[in-house]
Amino acid sequence: MKKEIICIVCPVGCHLLVGQDRNKELTVSGNKCPRGEVYGKDEILNPQRTVTAVAKINSLKIGFVPVKTDKPIPKALTNKLLSEIYRKKVELPVKRGEYLMENFAGTGANVIFTRTVEE
Amino acid sequence: MIEKTFDAIIIGAGAAGMAAASGISRGGFSTAIVEREDHIGGILMQCIHNGFGLTYFKKELTGPEYAEEYVLERLDDNIKIYLDTTAVDIKTEGDCKRVITYSASDGIMALKARAVVLAMGCRERNRGNLGIPGTRPAGIFTAGLAQRLLNIDGYVPGKKVVIIGSGDIGLIMARRLSWTGSKVLAVVEIQPHPSGLPRNIAQCLDDFDIPLYLSHTVTRINGRNRVSSVEVSPMENGEPDCSRSFTLDCDTILLSVGLVPENEFSRKAGVGISHDTGGAVIDADMMTNIDGVFACGNVLHVHDLVDYVTAESETCGRNVVNYLHGKINKETQGAVVPGANLKYVVPNKYQPERENHFYMRPLILRDSAVIEAKAGGKTIFKQKLKYVKPAEMISLKIPAANCLGIPLGEKIEIGLIEEK
Repeated sequence: MKKEIICIVCPVGCHLLVGQDRNKELTVSGNKCPRGEVYGKDEILNPQRTVTAVAKINSLKIGFVPVKTDKPIPKALTNKLLSEIYRKKVELPVKRGEYLMENFAGTGANVIFTRTVEE
Repeated sequence: MIEKTFDAIIIGAGAAGMAAASGISRGGFSTAIVEREDHIGGILMQCIHNGFGLTYFKKELTGPEYAEEYVLERLDDNIKIYLDTTAVDIKTEGDCKRVITYSASDGIMALKARAVVLAMGCRERNRGNLGIPGTRPAGIFTAGLAQRLLNIDGYVPGKKVVIIGSGDIGLIMARRLSWTGSKVLAVVEIQPHPSGLPRNIAQCLDDFDIPLYLSHTVTRINGRNRVSSVEVSPMENGEPDCSRSFTLDCDTILLSVGLVPENEFSRKAGVGISHDTGGAVIDADMMTNIDGVFACGNVLHVHDLVDYVTAESETCGRNVVNYLHGKINKETQGAVVPGANLKYVVPNKYQPERENHFYMRPLILRDSAVIEAKAGGKTIFKQKLKYVKPAEMISLKIPAANCLGIPLGEKIEIGLIEEK
C-alpha cells in the first residue's frame, strides 16, 4: 500500500508518501517536520479536519457569527456537524472562545465562537 | 463642517491600519482612523477559516480571531476611530494634509494631520477586467464578495458553482460553498499550475473531489436572467482553443482572478503609483512622493499572510513616529531595484547603515534558490531560501552591517538566483 498525499498542517504543503513496512506498520516519508509524520498516519487511519462555519445570530449588525471546532474532528462527521451548526439560533451577546456546542458526538472537540458579538 | 486636527490620520481600520495606528498612538501622538465599514478588522472579519497568526501570534487563528487578538493586545483607547466614515479627498496645505470625510452621523468633516497613512487594502478584479464574452446574467460574483455575502450576511450565492481562478481565495470558497451544501463543479485555471498553495488544493478541492482544469479558461457565459452554463476551453499556445470547448451547467460563477490595490484616493493626493505593484512608490521609510503620506498593507502591494501585513504596518507606524519627531533623513537613501526572477521589491529605497527590510514576489517555482543583493558591483548579502513560489511573498532583512560602506546614492539590486 502506498499513498501520495499533501500535508495540510502548514503552508509548506509537503508531498508525503505513506506506505507500510514489513510489520504492516505505517511509514511516512517526504515530511520536512515531525507533524507531517503524524498527519500522514492519521490521514490513513483516521482522517480529521478542523471545521469552520457560521451560525445564525440575532444581531442587528451581522447575520451570522463565525465558529470553529477547537480541535480536528473525524472527517466523516463533518456533514453531521455542519447540519447541527446550521440549525442553531444564537442569542446575543457572545464572546470569542465561548462554546456553541460542547464535546460534539463524543469527539472531545467543542465548537467555539471566533468573534465577539455584543449588539 | 466639523474640523479636527490630529498628529496622524490612518485611512482604513483593517490589519494594516490597526497595526500602523497602534505604533503611532503608543509613540504619544494623537491618532485617528477613518473606516468606511461599521466595524474594524477589514477583510479579516469575513475570513472565517484557519491559517492566520502562525508567525505573529505563534498560534493558528481564524481571521476574526486574529483581528480581535490584535485589538486586545495592541490597540489603545486613545486612538479615535471613525466608523461608517469614508475618506473622499485629500489636499496638502503647507505642512498639513487635509482629509475630507463623509459620514451619516458627522456629515462632512475636514480632518487635518501632519502625517497620513494609506491603508485602504485591495479591490478584486472582476469580469469587466477579464472581458469574458457572453450574456450578463445575475449570479456572477467575485470570490471575496461571495465570501462576504455568505459569511457575514448568510446569503448562499448559488447552488451549482464554477470558480474561475485557482488562487487561495477561490480555493477557500470552493470548500466553504461545499460545506454550505452547494455543488462546486470545477475550478478553472488559465495557467498550467495552480496559483494557490498545495495545502489548499488538498483540503479545498481533493477533499471534495472538485476537478481542477489547468490551462483552461472560461470562454463564454450563458444565461438570460441567471447564469445557466459556462463554456470552458483548453489553452493552446497561449490562446483558448474553442474547437475543444465543453459546457458546464451551473447557476453561479465565482471569480478569483486577482486583487488590485485600491488607490483612487491616493491618486487624488498626487501619490505616484508603481506599475509593478499597483501600489505607491515608497522610500526607505515607507513614505510616498508626498511628504508625510505613507502607505502599508495591501494598498501598497498584495500580501498572502496577514502576519506580514502586521509586521510591515507596525514598521510604517514606527517610521511615522520618527517623521513626527523630525528624524527622517531622505538625502542618504538610495534606490532599490528588482533583479532576476523577481516581480518587484518594496520599499523602492534603502537607508544605508541600518537594517533594511524588503518584501518581494518571486516569478519562479523552486525547491530552493538564493536571494542575492548587489550594490556597486559587489554582493552585499546572500541567503538561501527554500520552497520559493509566486504564491508566497518573500520577506528579507538585510542587516545593518551589510548596508555599511555602500557608496552614497548607489542602487541595490536584489535578485533570485536558481541553484544548479
